[in-house]
Amino acid sequence: MSSVSNAAKPVDLDKPKAKNKKRSQWAEVWRRLKKNKMAMVGLAIIGAIVFCAIFADVIADYDSVVIKQNLKARMEGPSAEHILGTDEFGRDIFARMVHGARVSLQVGLIAVGLAIGIGGSLGAIAGYYGGRLDNIIMRCMDVFLAIPSILLAIAIVSALGPSLFNLMLAIGISSVPSYARIVRASVLSIRDQEFIEAARAIGANDFRIITKHIIPNALAPVIVQATLGVAGAILSTAGLSFIGMGIQPPAPEWGAMLSGGRQYLRYAAHITAFPGVAIMITILALNLLGDGLRDALDPRLKS
Amino acid sequence: MSKLLKINDLSIHYLTEDGDVKAVNNINLELDAGETLGLVGETGAGKTTTALGIMRLVPNPPGEVTSGTIEFEGRDLMKIPEEEMRMIRGNKISMIFQDPMTSLNPVMTVGEQIAEVIEIHQDIAGKEAMDKAGDMLELVGIPATRVNDYPHQFSGGMKQRVVIAISLACNPQLLIADEPTTALDVTIQAQVLDLMRNLKKEFNTAMMMITHDLGVVAEVCDKVAIMYAGEVIEYAPIQQLFENPSHPYTHGLFGSIPNLDEEVTRLTPITGLMPDPTDLPSGCTFHPRCPYAKPICAQQAPKNSVVEGEHRVKCLMFEGLVDKVSIKGTDQGKKEVV
Amino acid sequence: MLKYIGRRLLMLIPVLLGVTFIVFSIMYMTPGDPAQLILGESAPPEAVAELRADMGLDDPFIVQYGRFVKNAVQGDFGKSYTTKRDVFSEIFARFPNTLKLAGVGVALAIAIGIPVGIISATRQYSVLDNVSMIGALLGVSMPNFWLGLMLILFFSVNLGVLPSSGSGTFLHIILPAITLGTGSAAIITRMTRSSMLEVIRQDFIRTARAKGVAEKKVINKHALKNALIPVITVIGLQFGYLLGGAVLTETVFSWPGVGRLLVEAIRAKDTPTVLASVVFMATTFSFVNLLVDVLYAYVDPRIKSQYQ
Repeated sequence: MSSVSNAAKPVDLDKPKAKNKKRSQWAEVWRRLKKNKMAMVGLAIIGAIVFCAIFADVIADYDSVVIKQNLKARMEGPSAEHILGTDEFGRDIFARMVHGARVSLQVGLIAVGLAIGIGGSLGAIAGYYGGRLDNIIMRCMDVFLAIPSILLAIAIVSALGPSLFNLMLAIGISSVPSYARIVRASVLSIRDQEFIEAARAIGANDFRIITKHIIPNALAPVIVQATLGVAGAILSTAGLSFIGMGIQPPAPEWGAMLSGGRQYLRYAAHITAFPGVAIMITILALNLLGDGLRDALDPRLKS
Repeated sequence: MSKLLKINDLSIHYLTEDGDVKAVNNINLELDAGETLGLVGETGAGKTTTALGIMRLVPNPPGEVTSGTIEFEGRDLMKIPEEEMRMIRGNKISMIFQDPMTSLNPVMTVGEQIAEVIEIHQDIAGKEAMDKAGDMLELVGIPATRVNDYPHQFSGGMKQRVVIAISLACNPQLLIADEPTTALDVTIQAQVLDLMRNLKKEFNTAMMMITHDLGVVAEVCDKVAIMYAGEVIEYAPIQQLFENPSHPYTHGLFGSIPNLDEEVTRLTPITGLMPDPTDLPSGCTFHPRCPYAKPICAQQAPKNSVVEGEHRVKCLMFEGLVDKVSIKGTDQGKKEVV
Repeated sequence: MLKYIGRRLLMLIPVLLGVTFIVFSIMYMTPGDPAQLILGESAPPEAVAELRADMGLDDPFIVQYGRFVKNAVQGDFGKSYTTKRDVFSEIFARFPNTLKLAGVGVALAIAIGIPVGIISATRQYSVLDNVSMIGALLGVSMPNFWLGLMLILFFSVNLGVLPSSGSGTFLHIILPAITLGTGSAAIITRMTRSSMLEVIRQDFIRTARAKGVAEKKVINKHALKNALIPVITVIGLQFGYLLGGAVLTETVFSWPGVGRLLVEAIRAKDTPTVLASVVFMATTFSFVNLLVDVLYAYVDPRIKSQYQ
């Protein structure tokens, strides 16, 4: 005859794991991410930049404001009319920066998308089938990794010519090996687990196994890498444009704007300073988000 | 006879975001020179925290010793400066931990790790210390030639022997062993226990053996303290504990063990789970799981009552506040409590 | 151990071969006629055709590639389309400058990154930790060429204390090295910090404290040795990043290195120079990685015993 007290809340030391539906798993990740204030700040900043990119034409008309030169108003500092001043051709810097956001995001997303598509597939195949195929693919990746990625991108752009498309291609290709590695590692870690055996036993073919079971498990590290990858792609774009290997003038690109203002550093530093700050804030936001995602997706914290 | 170790009203809490974790609550323990005290309880009972408390290794933050004294050789360890405490660790009081696989530094040779504790506490250095390290290895049954090998070159059982060698190198008065054999195979377990028993006899080291395994207790201990939810709910010399287990929880522990001699159709585990240390039950902490609990058990916390001689127990049945019930036993040596 | 080094060196050969193949293939796709480029716009078509045949530009791809490798192994990377000088000697003359810059950059990054990482880890959540983590975040987010320009603005233009271009004296290398090394310093700081945090939580650290080892020694001897092992790999990778980043930094500071040579060669469509520069940098990177791997195997006894 035991009396029931109202106080004790027993700690479940061996609670049988409740079946986690995929939906609630992602909800849990989102909840953890929300707790991370810095990551939320990063997300907000990125949101603002995406907004600029999408509505760039509304904020500043391309032909009349962004490209059109106005030599009478060259290199003016920040003023009421031009919030961030004008560049060496008299164009409004703020407007150019807003359009530059569009360019940067475009290249970032498409380059990373390309890299995930190609690299992810290669990594999944290499990890899943193993053996010689794995060996060959990873040796190829090693060769690519031996070339510093910026140099590889430079080589590709120099061969194919500088254009938006070639830039995306070059940066995308140079990012392929890291995604191949990540996906391969994920695949290897679950390939030999029993539920894969079970799936095969009920007749699922390889393609189905790869897409339905293996890829969802590889998603977490890929997402983190992709966030940081977009940051890297934006940096590379700016760098390549800086040395003239990227978007050609008069198209507005942050790195190219930096390059253009370089010779006027002494008199009109703002032409160089502001686009650089834009790059920095974007990369910072992406890094904050990426770090936050990494923490939120950490398997050690999964209940 | 003055005790080697006397713990008085010790309480250790962890102040975390999720609440105040009351890991250890007003416990009293004592130990004589050369004696072995068994500290028994389930995971989460507060045994490791008690041991860390004695060594003053409770991580702070978030842990804090909120009350009590720990008298060792007459001095209160809670009051001495850190430098002095450091000279006691590894020297007068040694501790070995549960998992030998991770207890050794992977980038230092075992010889270096043994020699280190010798060099810190004794006036020996360099080659002499290494020689002594080799001697310690021999003592625990490992050839001294392996003194320059790295931990990863040893098996689990041998690693634990190295850990024992380190802990005994300076001939401590007290050795605290936190579940030293839990992570090992049963056969290795027997070997390591044997080793510890022999060394203990040879050096007359007092030992505090933390375990959840009553079999180990039976092999090695002179006295036993049963811990539950941070309290010592029963304390007795070994013979008395096995012949006359008094606390309902202790009964439950014995009842949960499979018995080779009797034919039993079911094991009788204790229902329920260890309470959440941030939200302990009112009154007697065991009352939610106690098959003999009465309403008063939820209101009044039991104090120590003497059962017989040094045997004491914390249960209202022994304070006369609850009628003693005859507790049916299913295991060896347990008599009915009248 | 030597066998391990020997084997790794042997494995380097197919990798380098692969690198040359990839880079050569990429450059092969460059539009335009090199012979025309060399002789100029107004050259007569016959002279151009003759030069093409001479240079072997009409041979199939594989043949051209084979010839490239054969010559490269002997140190002959052809002649620059623009300066007409031997490419190898041009690169070789500038290479020490790039190495110097990358070397000082990485040294700076290590000198700052590791101590700050350690202190941040041992004083987690303190003001110092927060400041250095914010600093590291900023360091990783800054485009290095922009940092270079801002440094020039501040130290050369406004304060006038440091030169903004050229090389030669010790003063000249300060700004470029800081520019190049900042990103790496940030990454090394973060890596060291997280590695230390993980190591400090390990059981053997608790064992060390229970032995009575002084806290300083626990950190600097027991923890550090373990924590630095993964950091070594990161440093190796950073070197590759630095070689790539040198291209931009050398441009900003007009530093006479291979990076700047590369940029000019691209502008001038000087394929042999571009080809040779990239292969050079990739080869250097590969050797540095090999060095780092050997160091790693040497420092971690668990790996070392595998190779003895």
